[in-house]
Amino acid sequence: MSQAVAPVRHVLIEGNKSYHNITEDLCTPTEKAPSREWIIAFSIASAFLGLYIFAIVWTVWKGIGSWNLNRTVNWGWDITNFVWWIGIGHAGTLISAILLLFRQRWRTGVNRAAEAMTIFAVICAGQFPVFHMGRVWLAFFIFPFPNTRGPLWVNFNSPLLWDVFAISTYFSVSLLFWYTGLVPDLATVRDRASGFRRKMYEIFSFGWTGSAKHWQRHEALSLVLAGISTPLVLSVHTIVSFDFATSVVPGWHTTIFPPYFVAGAIFSGFAMVQTLMVITRKVLKLEEYITLNHIESMNKVIVLTGTIVGVAYLTELFISWYSGYIYEQFAFYNRVFGIYWWSYFGMMFCNVVSPQLFWSRKIRRSIWWTFFLSIVVNIGMWFERFVIIATTLARDFLPSSWSYYSPSWVEICIFAGTIGLFFVCYMIFTRVAPVVAIAEIKAILKVAGDQYIGPNATKQVHGHSHSETVKKDH
Amino acid sequence: MAAESKKVLYGLYNDEEDLKGAVKTANAAHLNIMDVFTPFPVHGLDPILGLKESRLHILGFIYGACGATFGFLAMTWIFTSDWPIVFGGKPFWSVPAFIPITFEMTVLFAAWGMTITFYTVCGMWPGVKAKTLDNRITDDKFCIAFDVTGAPDSDVKNLQGFFTNTGASEVNVKMM
Repeated sequence: MSQAVAPVRHVLIEGNKSYHNITEDLCTPTEKAPSREWIIAFSIASAFLGLYIFAIVWTVWKGIGSWNLNRTVNWGWDITNFVWWIGIGHAGTLISAILLLFRQRWRTGVNRAAEAMTIFAVICAGQFPVFHMGRVWLAFFIFPFPNTRGPLWVNFNSPLLWDVFAISTYFSVSLLFWYTGLVPDLATVRDRASGFRRKMYEIFSFGWTGSAKHWQRHEALSLVLAGISTPLVLSVHTIVSFDFATSVVPGWHTTIFPPYFVAGAIFSGFAMVQTLMVITRKVLKLEEYITLNHIESMNKVIVLTGTIVGVAYLTELFISWYSGYIYEQFAFYNRVFGIYWWSYFGMMFCNVVSPQLFWSRKIRRSIWWTFFLSIVVNIGMWFERFVIIATTLARDFLPSSWSYYSPSWVEICIFAGTIGLFFVCYMIFTRVAPVVAIAEIKAILKVAGDQYIGPNATKQVHGHSHSETVKKDH
Repeated sequence: MAAESKKVLYGLYNDEEDLKGAVKTANAAHLNIMDVFTPFPVHGLDPILGLKESRLHILGFIYGACGATFGFLAMTWIFTSDWPIVFGGKPFWSVPAFIPITFEMTVLFAAWGMTITFYTVCGMWPGVKAKTLDNRITDDKFCIAFDVTGAPDSDVKNLQGFFTNTGASEVNVKMM
C-alpha cells in the first residue's frame, strides 16, 4: 500500500473484517437468546400494544363518539397520527431507493432496518383511517369491486380514494422490495441453523442458493424496484397532501403542499431512523456497521430537509399575506396566534430551529445529541400535522360553528398504542432477521476500504491486507 | 433441475478474485461450468460466465404498461358507461383526476409482476428446498460446480487438477 492516501470518503465498515466476520456479526443477534434489555423493552412495547387493542375494541364497541371529534373539527388526532406515521414510513424507501439511484454507499448499513421501519410505520398509519370509518367491518367498501349494491363504485375523483391506492400500493411494493432483499440473508441464517429453526428459515428463504444467474436477476429486480419506488414514495405523500390541498378550506388549499409534505416526510422519517439506529447499533453491537459516519450523513439529510420545511412554513405565511385574501390571512394569523398557538410554536421550534444545531459537526457526530434531536423532530412533525388539521378546522368560515378540540382518553390511548405496535413489530424483526443487509455489506467491503487508496490503485487488492491499512488510517 | 440424482463436482474459493480468475481459466480450457454460487453478487462475473443480461426490466415495463392501461380503462368504463355520476359538475370522463390512480396501478403491476416472475424463473417459492452444495456458500465461500454425471474418471481427474491449479481451497463431490 504505497499509494498516496486520499480520505475522500469515509470508511463505512469499521474494524478488520473478513466476509466470515460479517456473517458472524450480523447473524448472531438472531441466534442467541434475547438480552435482558430486549426482554424489558419488548414487555413495555407489548403493554402499549395491549393498550392499543383495548382502545380499539372500546372504539368499535362504543362507536366513534368515544373520540372527541365534533361537527366542526371532524379530523383530529386520528388523521394527525395517520399523516405522522405515513411520513415516518417514507425514510425506508427513500434510503433504499433514492440513495441507491444516487449511488450513496452509506445506505447499505441502514437500508434494511429503515425498510422494515417503513413497513411497520405504514401498518400503524393504516389503523387510523380504517377505524375512523366507524363501521370498520364495512372497510372493504373503499375498494372498487363489482358488488351487489348497484354495482356502486367508489369515487375515482376523490383524493381520499387516491390515498387508498397510493398507500396500499406503497405498502405492498415496500414489502416486496424489503423481502426480496431479505431472501439471500435469510438463506445465510438458514445455512447456519439446524433443527426447527433451519426448517423455518428454509421456508422463508424460498430455496435461495446464490447461483450467479439468480444474483443477476436479483440485482436487476432490485434496481427496477428502486427505480419505480422513487416516484412512488414521492407520489404517496403528494397524494396525502392532496387530501388537504384539493379542498377549498383556507390554510389547506395551497399548491405548496405536495413538495412541503414530501420534504416533511423525509425529515420525520430520517428522525425516526436515527431514533431506532442509535438504539439498535448499541443493543445489537453493530457500531462497526452503523458507524458515526452513517449517523452524520443522516443528520445532514435532517438539517437539509428541516430547512426546506422551514422555508415552506415561511412561504406559506408570506403567500397568505401577499394573496390579499382575508380568509387566507385569517387562517394563518389564527394558526400562529390563535387558540392552538402553542402547537405552532412547538412546530417552529422543533422542526426549524432545533435541527439547525446539526450545522455543528460535533453535534452531528454526537450520539446523545442525535438521539435527543431525533425525538424533538418526531414531536415537531407531529405538531405540524396537528397545526394543519386542528387549527384550520376549529376556525372555519362560520364563526357560530367555531369550536375547540382536545382528544379523549381513547384517542390518546390509540396513539400511544400504535407506538407499542410499531416497536413490537420492530423488535420481533431484530430477533428473526439480520438488521443489516449481509450480502450488500459484503459486496461493498472491499470498495469501502478502497476509498482510502489513490487513483492509481486500479487493481483490486485482496481483502485482509488493506483493511489493516484502513484501520490505521482511521 | 432434473429430478434424478446428479453427480456434482465442486470447488470452493476464498475470494471472488480467485473465482473470477478460475472462471477465465475454465473458459480458456473449454470446461463446461454447470453453475457458480457466491455469497453476494460479484461484479464482472456475468460477462466472463457468458450470462446474458436479464430481461426482467423489459417485462417490468410490459407489466407496468398493462397496469396503466387496465387502471385507466377500468375507471373510464365505470365512470362513462357503467355508472356515470356527476361530481361537482365535472365531465364524466375527468382524465386529470384519473392520473394518480393510473400511476399507482402502473407501479403496482410492475412491482408484483416482476417479483412474481423473478421467483418463478428462479424456481424459488416458500417451501422449495435449496439445492445447496455447501452451507458456507452463503457465508464466505465462492463455488464453481461441474456436472460430472456419468463422466469418465479422466475428466473428473482433469477437473480436480483445474481446481488445484486455480487455487480452490476445497474440492468435493456431491450427489443432488
